[in-house]
Amino acid sequence: MAEPLVWLILLPLAWATGAFLVPARGAWLALGGTAAQLWLAFQLAAKVGAGDTATHAVGGWGAPLGIDLTADGLTALLLILTQFVALPLFVYARAYFAEKSPAFWPLAGFLLAGMNALFLSADLFNIYVTLELVGLAAVGLVAMGGGAQQLAAALRYLFATLVGSGLYLLGVALIYGVYGTVAIETLTPLVAADTPRAVWFAAGLMLVGLMIKTALFPFHYWLPPAPGGAPAPVSALLSALVVKASFYLILRLWLGPFAPLVDVVAWLPALLGSAAIFWGSWRAIRAVRLKALVAWSTVAQLGYLFLIFPLLGSDQLALHAGGMQLVAHGLAKAAMFAAVGVLIQVTGRDTVADVAGVAARLPVTLFAFALAGVTLMGLPPSGGFLAKWLLIEAALVRGRWDMVVVILAGGLLAAVYVFRVLRQAFLLPPSGERRRVERRPVAMLEWTAFALAAASVLVGLRGMEIVRLLGAGA
Amino acid sequence: MTANEWLPLAVIASSLVPGLAIFALPERRVVLRTALNLLGALAKIVLVATLLAGVAAGEDYAFRYAVLPGIDLAFKVDALALLFVTLSAVLWLFTTLYAIGYLENAPHRSRFFGFFSLCVTATMGIAMAANLFTFFIFYELLTLATFPLVVHRGTPQAMKGGTIYLAYTLIGGTLLLAGIVWLNNLAGHAEFAHGGVLAALSDAPVWQLQAIFLLLIAGVGVKAAIVPLHGWLPRAMVAPAPVSALLHAVAVVKAGAFGIVRIVYEVYGIEFAQSLDLLAPLAVLAAVTIVWGSFRALFQDDLKRRLAFSTVSQVSYIVLGVALFGPIGTVGGLVHLVHQGIMKITLFFCAGNYAETLGIHKVSEMNGAGRRMPLTTLAFSIGALGMMGAPLTAGAISKAWLSDGAAAAGMDWAIWVLWTSSLLNAAYFLPILWRAWFRPAPLAWPEEQIPARGWRETAWLLLLPPLVTAFMILAAGMFAESPGSPLEWAKLIAMREYRQGATLP
Repeated sequence: MAEPLVWLILLPLAWATGAFLVPARGAWLALGGTAAQLWLAFQLAAKVGAGDTATHAVGGWGAPLGIDLTADGLTALLLILTQFVALPLFVYARAYFAEKSPAFWPLAGFLLAGMNALFLSADLFNIYVTLELVGLAAVGLVAMGGGAQQLAAALRYLFATLVGSGLYLLGVALIYGVYGTVAIETLTPLVAADTPRAVWFAAGLMLVGLMIKTALFPFHYWLPPAPGGAPAPVSALLSALVVKASFYLILRLWLGPFAPLVDVVAWLPALLGSAAIFWGSWRAIRAVRLKALVAWSTVAQLGYLFLIFPLLGSDQLALHAGGMQLVAHGLAKAAMFAAVGVLIQVTGRDTVADVAGVAARLPVTLFAFALAGVTLMGLPPSGGFLAKWLLIEAALVRGRWDMVVVILAGGLLAAVYVFRVLRQAFLLPPSGERRRVERRPVAMLEWTAFALAAASVLVGLRGMEIVRLLGAGA
Repeated sequence: MTANEWLPLAVIASSLVPGLAIFALPERRVVLRTALNLLGALAKIVLVATLLAGVAAGEDYAFRYAVLPGIDLAFKVDALALLFVTLSAVLWLFTTLYAIGYLENAPHRSRFFGFFSLCVTATMGIAMAANLFTFFIFYELLTLATFPLVVHRGTPQAMKGGTIYLAYTLIGGTLLLAGIVWLNNLAGHAEFAHGGVLAALSDAPVWQLQAIFLLLIAGVGVKAAIVPLHGWLPRAMVAPAPVSALLHAVAVVKAGAFGIVRIVYEVYGIEFAQSLDLLAPLAVLAAVTIVWGSFRALFQDDLKRRLAFSTVSQVSYIVLGVALFGPIGTVGGLVHLVHQGIMKITLFFCAGNYAETLGIHKVSEMNGAGRRMPLTTLAFSIGALGMMGAPLTAGAISKAWLSDGAAAAGMDWAIWVLWTSSLLNAAYFLPILWRAWFRPAPLAWPEEQIPARGWRETAWLLLLPPLVTAFMILAAGMFAESPGSPLEWAKLIAMREYRQGATLP
């Protein structure tokens, strides 16, 4: 295991293929593989944190001829997050599908391979390839159920993801036409404020394409229906991880090659992010179905990530806030979808009104939902709280009072939709209704949701490590 | 880690660990649950006693853990923290005993006692927080831990009370957060310190410091139920009686009042706050709350609602004491923090007893209750007389020091406020006592659930706690000058808060 970078991509490919060939062993292959990947990701983080540069030239051919893999602190953080969320979700999925969905494991494997490769890639074209791999695997997962609703959601998603990566590819082509290279490291010193129009245009296309894939308001239309129709583990993977991959690229490009260009438009993502916070929260508050509530909450929470762009600066506060929000939301949203999956499975209904009385019957699941909610509301001591604290601090340093108001108001709106569910759960079940036939909860499902939720809260106590990692190798 | 570092953590853990264990217990494990509860409560008292002895001897207890660069989760145990810690730890023990009796055979007890323990954990964190960041963490935890208790009964009414409680406290928390981060931005990461830490910022714009003060006080003022932020308190009365006791005496409103004390004395510093013209408006706000709460209490027929408005009024005595510039007022405010706690908890225990034993919820149903339940009514009378400031009770001590403090600060109008409130207190408490002792009992009680057996007018677990706390009211009043009394401890704190050194009578 000399090279964690390479193995982080090869391992999921290997177990995905294995799961495809031997469906009966799919779950175990996935669990073993992901556990190993998690270990590798931590190894990589330790290496990056110690100040070693982690670069690997695939096949011995370095840039600009070959393909480079490279990792800094942000990469390591996202790699850890991805494997750390995926592992409990796979445990959850194994109990959830109960051997009925063999297609899940190969697709999930390709998804993880794509994501890990995306985080590690050091050139724009390679990134395009990984984007497509991630997008197609995710569409496959959404369509897996095969019902009409799922297929419709999958098609919408497919359309969004193809348009997004299409725009991105167009941008890459333009850039290649101007500079003759797509390696990020080579490009960064070349791009300056007085670059040709084509580069401005290319940057715009690439960023918009990635924003579509991140479901930033107003490109969010595909997100709420996609998890709405998909099984709980798929919704969790999509909302917690997949949308973060394209956000990661935006951040990479923003801080890297496009840095000289984007300063003047930094207000735009923040404005869209603010709109996302309000619109997403509002729709979550009004949502009838549980899954829609959680999905709209994702739209709102992604908005926070885009608030950081005008605040990025040498003090790193905004970058830390973004990293913290990525981690906290990833864990919390996975937990919330997992918890909602249990609620729906046990009660057999999927509306918010139907969770009445659940507090007494599914305490562990409700606890998981509540803890994840604490993170989303940004209440202490969760990771979401630290993200909010850093973001407010960054806004204050730059005198952006308007953003402070947006951040605080967003937290209160999140409280409204989270407590909508919680208070309903504490209500006594309607007495007139005859007892429905309910399934017994599967302990494994309840406890994996709980573990993810607890992690999203407790990560707030590891703030120092995250900040240190984000500062490493940058 | 040294003993001085882990003792504050042990105080937190002594309720956190039993709380988490109780969540995991099945409903039927009554004995184990009760044992865990009492073991935690007793362990906490032993730990607190150790701390008391240490702090009196000049020992320092502190713990810190870095959460973000330059931002620490930090605890310190000073005399002020211990005032609150001791009050909560002692009252927690009695409230737990009472709750065990009160909830006998009620559903969802594991959940109830789990959150109950979390509440006290949060209160300990608030008391021992060494900076605003830590204070905020536990302040919000308290909000989250009390919500399930307020809505415990699961009725639509309870839900309404709980929702209003949340709306007030979460918005308050948001304002508090805004104030804290702003202050952090202006002054760096400020630790609580005797005499305040902001005096060094005297060249910062005054309006900013005033705006931050407003945000902070509004944030903690919601829990302290300062008018006009008090609306949640009477509505939260739908909760079971032990929860009301917890809200009113042990945890929530006390956390708010304690926050005001910390902010005024240890963030701004009393002298710096005075120089920014912040104390006079705070005193006026407190005075309005005192009179308004008492006035509203007059018209409540629901016993618990009357007590709730009484709390609104009484908690602002503490705020008034804080806002009176001068050590005598400080002593009055601090000592009332303790005195109000033991008096109000007695009253709520008694109100719960009337409701559980006889089904009495309203003042108009109290006729003759004193003959049927003499011991409970005796405790209730002591509590009520204490609230009025009758001689020999704890309330008399608080009022005397507050009046003297007002006179010393040259704010004679505050004395009139205190007198008006005392008269109003008498006007809403004496009719209750009159009905209970002197009016004939009705032919049948509204809903008699627990029959009298000999001298035991109700279940002994319900009877014991109010009798003990009523005894404390008298003891705190009669032995106020003895070493170890709340008054003596409050004097010790006041001496440390004024940098020029305070002279106390």
